[in-house]
Amino acid sequence: MPASSAEQPAARPERTELAVVGAGPAGLAAAVTAADGGLDVVLLDAADAPGGQYYRAPAPGLGATRPEALHHGWAEFAALVARLGRHRTAGRIRHLTGHHVWAVERSGADWTLHAVTGPDGRDGATTLDARRLLIATGSVERQLPFPGWTLPGVVGAAGAQAMLKSGLVLPGRRIVVAGSGPLLQAVAVSLARAGARVPALVEASGYGAYGRAPLVLAGNPGRLAEGARHGAALARHRIRPLTHRAVTAVHGTDRVEGVTVSRLDREWRPLPGTGRRIDCDVLAVGHGLVPQLDLAVGIGCATRCGADGSAALELDDGLRTTVPGVWAAGETGGIGGVRLALTEGELAARSVIADARGGPGTARAAALCRSRRRMRAFAELMGAVHRPGPGWTDWTAADTEVCRCEEVTTGAIRTAVAELGAGDSRTVKLLTRAGMGWCQGRTCGFAVRELAGCAADAGAPDRRPLACPVPLSVLARADRPEDA
Amino acid sequence: MVGAGVVGAACAYYAARSGLVVAVVDSGPVAGGTTGAGEGNLLVSDKVPGPELDLALLSAALWRELAQVLPHAIEFEQKGGLVVAASPESLATLTATASGQLAAGVRATSVAADELGSLEPHLAPGLAGGFLYPQDAQVQPALAAAHLVRAARDAGASLHPGQAVTAVLTGPTGAVRGVRTGAGDLLAPVVVNATGVRGGELAALAGVELPVLPRRGFVLVTEPLPRLIRHKVYAAEYVADVSSASAALQTSPVVEGTQAGPVLIGASRERVGFDRTLSVPVVSRLATAAAALFPVLADARVLRTYHGFRPYLPDHLPAIGPDRRVPGLFHACGHEGAGIGLAPATAVLVTAAIRGEEPALDPEPFRPDRFDAASRTGHGS
Repeated sequence: MPASSAEQPAARPERTELAVVGAGPAGLAAAVTAADGGLDVVLLDAADAPGGQYYRAPAPGLGATRPEALHHGWAEFAALVARLGRHRTAGRIRHLTGHHVWAVERSGADWTLHAVTGPDGRDGATTLDARRLLIATGSVERQLPFPGWTLPGVVGAAGAQAMLKSGLVLPGRRIVVAGSGPLLQAVAVSLARAGARVPALVEASGYGAYGRAPLVLAGNPGRLAEGARHGAALARHRIRPLTHRAVTAVHGTDRVEGVTVSRLDREWRPLPGTGRRIDCDVLAVGHGLVPQLDLAVGIGCATRCGADGSAALELDDGLRTTVPGVWAAGETGGIGGVRLALTEGELAARSVIADARGGPGTARAAALCRSRRRMRAFAELMGAVHRPGPGWTDWTAADTEVCRCEEVTTGAIRTAVAELGAGDSRTVKLLTRAGMGWCQGRTCGFAVRELAGCAADAGAPDRRPLACPVPLSVLARADRPEDA
Repeated sequence: MVGAGVVGAACAYYAARSGLVVAVVDSGPVAGGTTGAGEGNLLVSDKVPGPELDLALLSAALWRELAQVLPHAIEFEQKGGLVVAASPESLATLTATASGQLAAGVRATSVAADELGSLEPHLAPGLAGGFLYPQDAQVQPALAAAHLVRAARDAGASLHPGQAVTAVLTGPTGAVRGVRTGAGDLLAPVVVNATGVRGGELAALAGVELPVLPRRGFVLVTEPLPRLIRHKVYAAEYVADVSSASAALQTSPVVEGTQAGPVLIGASRERVGFDRTLSVPVVSRLATAAAALFPVLADARVLRTYHGFRPYLPDHLPAIGPDRRVPGLFHACGHEGAGIGLAPATAVLVTAAIRGEEPALDPEPFRPDRFDAASRTGHGS
């Protein structure tokens, strides 16, 4: 057939020993460790500077003199960046900034990575081959809808933190911080330090639940110290944590003027008559983080349902995924924080080196493995404590938008389930368009899944064969890298 | 009725409205399989004269009736198909196909090269010509299936989602007496296999062979765009690809706009089993072909891609009607890429067969046990 083009052998680009996707704490630690071990490494990252979401440096034009003031562990990060610089100079690491990997495919024994460059993917495209792949694509913030959450002035808690770190700007003057998870404390303290008033830190869960796992706590003294540090800092800024409460309504016509905070029962159902108004001009809200698994799921890596209710990669002690030749580190294996990410990055790289070069396990690797297990136990505890209770869906009203991109409401989703036979999040999406818009369900995915209420669906990963939007012209050239 | 895709949904709808007591059972939700991955094509243009075209013409009329009774939410739109030919040779083949289709009752009008722009302003220049098929239409397939099931329930049918059929129950004479599911037995003297790409597996539970194979297809979905493309537009070569029996990859551009804004780009065909991984070469070819047909799309961003598995039978005809090997077992599967379009006519034939009524058209070419006979006489594959 004239229009049915025949299979053409594509010219294969240069091959490296290891491709690391993501230059956050885990990917950065992995890349420098692998290069230390003599591997030839390509490090791809969507941002212009290393650090990921956690170590976000202020934009160069802002002339920040003390970026470390906003970060814990900045010295360790600075040391990693210095090592990265030396490896780049020596040609052992090729650091491709501004590269968003949109798909990975197997080609023979290798992996082919396809990336676009530029803020909207229109600047160019790159294809490269690697013998091994290490996925450190981090996480995105988890949001739960409630009446008013789409009003201007409602921002993501992690987003507010990122804004502060990269732009040195505050989203408002009087900021209520709400949601669930340890990140909220850090956000509240950062905002207060930067000069904002934080009239309330609203936590849907309680911190007391951590006490039910004393052995896990004993194994993670660093996290206890961190908790104490945050507690002291909150007290210093006179921020009172309101636990077992949630923001159940936002007030204001054009933008946020205040919020209603209600008490919750154990299942996160709001208790009638407990609502109390708090004035504010910004609400920073977030319910923890969700692993970003598009690339890993795309090549078939198995996932597990974490204690937080979200899918995470299934990994062995050497941080191998279930797909041979593919490793992962950091939040992709379950949300665990920066210390765990740094540990796993190094451990994963050592595991890759052992695979590439052979040789016995080292004492260092064994020690990293032990720390990892301790920290993973804490991460599971943290996930269980802050997992949204089933009653959160009672916060939403029938007309509350769940999918903002496609303007799909709770009512539409409930109708699809109750009357049209939608039994899982995929059919909810097909029947309502929830998750079909710009963000492809990255924001509403968890909420839609919970509203669909399918047990078999809980904790299953979303499938996004394209990890980011790709111009049609780039897709058209993807099979012929010599033209790219 | 085993299967809550569009074919099972249509069968439930027509059977329940004819007065039969119907239960729809599916291992997943409504529209959870190939239906949910379909583009919702209701085409007569891509079928050459023969039994499938007859079925498609009957179905086209039935879909127009259904659009009057089902909610607007099914997004029925009789947008018309525009088939374009790039070369004079291709146009000659297309013209021959169209004249055969005209004789079989299809409406089609020739469109000269210089008239293409008035139908589709963004088409690439330099095409040789094309044909417009005003009967071609579209629905949103998942919503169409869901509303058919809902209407069937209004007519008394019951729905049993999330219940996998683990056995087809038969009595001492070998006749069907129901199905076994994880939630218990559903007893009925008639079992309809509307399991689409899993049709061979259900047939095997009843002890018979039906050679349904998956034929994978990818669809690209762009960002929402203003209405650039008015018809379903595809290359003349698509018809040949549809009827090819090859397992190897075929791609030919099929491009259309949607009411919601995104442009859908198909169509690829390859027999690779149930492989769910992204094939960059396939999506790359789809992108190349679509940009060649509509250069304006080159700058559009593709937000997502998905795949589906068409239920393929070796002679490209569905299996519709009673299975003479197992009394009480009926099939309504194997529609390959045309299941959405052919669902109502299939349902009407199945309902008539169950009730022992005169069929609307000759069902013989769709006889489910035809492959069995072929293999016995040594002509099978």
